Amino acid sequence: MGKVELLDAPPAALVDKAELVRRLSAVLPRECLLHEHEDLTPYECDGLSAHCQVPLAVALPEDEEQVRRVLRICFEARVPVVARGAGTGLSGGAMPHGQGVTLALSKLQRILEVDPVARTARVQPGVRNLAISEAVAIHGLYYAPDPSSQIACSIGGNVAENSGGVHCLKYGLTVHNLLKLRVVTIEGEVLEIGSEGLDAPGYDLMALITGSEGLLAVVTEVTVKLLPKPVRAQVALAAFDSVVKAGEAVANIIAAGCIPAGLEMMDKLAIQAVEQFVHAGYPLDAEAMLLCECDGTDEEVVAEIQRVSEVMRASGATEIRLSRDDAERLKFWSGRKAAFPAVGRILPDYYCMDGTIPKKRLGEVLAGIAALSKEFGLSCPNVFHAGDGNLHPLIMFDANEGDQAQRAEAFGARILELCIDVGGTITGEHGVGIEKINQMCVQFRPNELAAFLAIKRALDEHGLLNPGKAVPTLRRCAEFGAMHVQRGKEKFPDLPRF
Amino acid sequence: MIDPIVSELAERVRKAATEKRALRIRGGGNKDFCAYKLEGEPLDVAGYRGVVDYEPSELVLTARAGTPLAEIEETLAKGGQMLACEPPHFGPSATLGGCVAAGLSGPRRPFAGSVRDFVLGTRVLNGEGEELRFGGQVMKNVAGFDVSRLMAGSFGTLGVILEVSLKVLPAPEEEVTLRFQVDEAKAIETMNRWAGQPLPVSATCHADGALSVRLSGSQLGVDAARARLGGETVLDGPAFWRAVREQTLDGLRGPLWRLSVKPTTPPLGFPGTQVIEWNGSLRWIGTDAPAEQVFQAARKAGGHATRFRGGNGAPIMRLDAGVLGLHQRLKAALDPNGIFGRHRLHPDF
Repeated sequence: MGKVELLDAPPAALVDKAELVRRLSAVLPRECLLHEHEDLTPYECDGLSAHCQVPLAVALPEDEEQVRRVLRICFEARVPVVARGAGTGLSGGAMPHGQGVTLALSKLQRILEVDPVARTARVQPGVRNLAISEAVAIHGLYYAPDPSSQIACSIGGNVAENSGGVHCLKYGLTVHNLLKLRVVTIEGEVLEIGSEGLDAPGYDLMALITGSEGLLAVVTEVTVKLLPKPVRAQVALAAFDSVVKAGEAVANIIAAGCIPAGLEMMDKLAIQAVEQFVHAGYPLDAEAMLLCECDGTDEEVVAEIQRVSEVMRASGATEIRLSRDDAERLKFWSGRKAAFPAVGRILPDYYCMDGTIPKKRLGEVLAGIAALSKEFGLSCPNVFHAGDGNLHPLIMFDANEGDQAQRAEAFGARILELCIDVGGTITGEHGVGIEKINQMCVQFRPNELAAFLAIKRALDEHGLLNPGKAVPTLRRCAEFGAMHVQRGKEKFPDLPRF
Repeated sequence: MIDPIVSELAERVRKAATEKRALRIRGGGNKDFCAYKLEGEPLDVAGYRGVVDYEPSELVLTARAGTPLAEIEETLAKGGQMLACEPPHFGPSATLGGCVAAGLSGPRRPFAGSVRDFVLGTRVLNGEGEELRFGGQVMKNVAGFDVSRLMAGSFGTLGVILEVSLKVLPAPEEEVTLRFQVDEAKAIETMNRWAGQPLPVSATCHADGALSVRLSGSQLGVDAARARLGGETVLDGPAFWRAVREQTLDGLRGPLWRLSVKPTTPPLGFPGTQVIEWNGSLRWIGTDAPAEQVFQAARKAGGHATRFRGGNGAPIMRLDAGVLGLHQRLKAALDPNGIFGRHRLHPDF
């Protein structure tokens, strides 16, 4: 795989905007095409607001046929296309291209079919994640993946990012909860991936498309699996006098044969930040705290919560509280769910990292982060999807104070590299987007990146779909180090992030 | 340090690539009957074996591709864990590499996940003999395209799988199998109804006029569900599910079609035998009906038919033109000289 095209280079010639708008107007209703500067600015970034770029135009198709036609026009004119769902992503995956069209799928928001017996829902990509569970609740069913932004994020975006959530240890990521997709290629061809059964013959294209960050195709329809709602859920809250002991408790819970529905850890800085803000009743003197949720039938929950409590006690928990009812369960969760905005109240800016590490390296990684925190002179509380090793360090800074923003950025890059060093990854669930494009050069070797680029070309020969994101070119990696990428704060400080 | 077995495999791949000679990647050879054709000179990976890393509390096992599946299952059992996708072996020499390459899952699949679902990372040789790593040993990882999961079910057509990291799960504390004498239509209705309720069901199968349902979980949870569902308790449940998984059950032994369909699809009514698994979404059919009729019935039921065993060289699957084109381009991307598993999956690539 010697030859590698520069997929993140802008097209050689500037796009003729007037001509492009004329062609797009022919296939889109008037209100579905934005091209005046003031109409375009709301689309200039996604949840990562430091990376802004105004696109040439925003297309807001109302059906798959319009999506197909827009893509076809862009393909013929060699114009980059950036697909966008709800724009809540945290890695800049939907940041527009300055010479491109943003294809916003927000008008495709119909739930097309719910089959309660076969336990599926067929929806358009702009449907909000939580709206699916709300629509099927009357049948006693729900859609399991629950990214923290689920009140706002769209299912199409979830497919693009392979979104996780608090419950993915037990219920899996987006890829594990999909049956079928309709996607449109850059050439305007509609493909059906998967089936109404559990698999389809040939290559597992579902696995390839899910999490491909808009680089391979545009999703126009999603059929998801629905699960029966558990009869009961209960949370055990446990305090520990060291993060290492809390980490050991996590390992011991899993080694004891329990797969809790959720297993979250917060360190002391995170507990204190949250408690000032939410008053969830968290133990302020604890060095670390675990929230462990068990769900299932009444009997299953009784058995599991007892087992988990015993293990936590044996692992050195200084205090264990069990939620007595659903109100208390939600109260226990409220602090965890408010962790990001709570941190945002203490200092104006925070930068959320998203590495995943082998759980046994947790103590070492947290010690490393603490050392880096001193080195960079910035505070860094940690929240952790402990069950599956996904760590969210929150680097706190004030962008208006000296070089704090630059220090936060450098600190973040070092954390990602620390995650790679211990055998982990730079992104567990937020995606690479534009944010972590340089760290891809650290995680993967040139021939591995070349394989990604070859796959990209197999679906998008001219590199028009979301160029410059997710997979760096080899040239970019060669230049990495000399580059200085501005990182940034989030655009939706009030949206729950956990 | 480069492993001598890997460097020899890589050298053979490079040579075959230069000469554009076909290679067929082989583990235990137990699944040679699956898929379309075997072409080219065997590239044996069974010698590259051994569990590389396993810690129960990480829920991850990493092993070389030639490691016998039985050895992996024994290792996991000692840690109180299992391969929750329950992959079939189809013979004592089945390997991990073959399991992933075939991508076949067993009775627990609709409840726990497929082989593909549990793949976390792979180390592979591409069509130019380069050693590449994708994914990793952690459960959540969205860096780069998911090439590791693409390897699952690719039947050795995209690269040589050298090593795999899998997510593993705790083995349940208790398992019980219940049996109900019901016809096919009633079984389909029952499986789907129970799948929509919070019950600890972990396998379903309708064969020979009886619906078997396995419950898994804590003693308390299983006891409560058993009392609720009724039925007759099967004495040797594990033996029954092993027979389903390994296809030694009557109705699964002969020439067979595999139909992956919407679970609520009514009885398909083909002459011959039928075994139903996966809450109705997997139908194993032994029939002399014309292939075209089977393909169409599956399509009408929202899914696909694959000739699983005994096709005698007839095409085993139908891919839509667009999807077929995508297969060919992906194959060319990872194996530009077209040396791996020529025509293994499809007559056109």
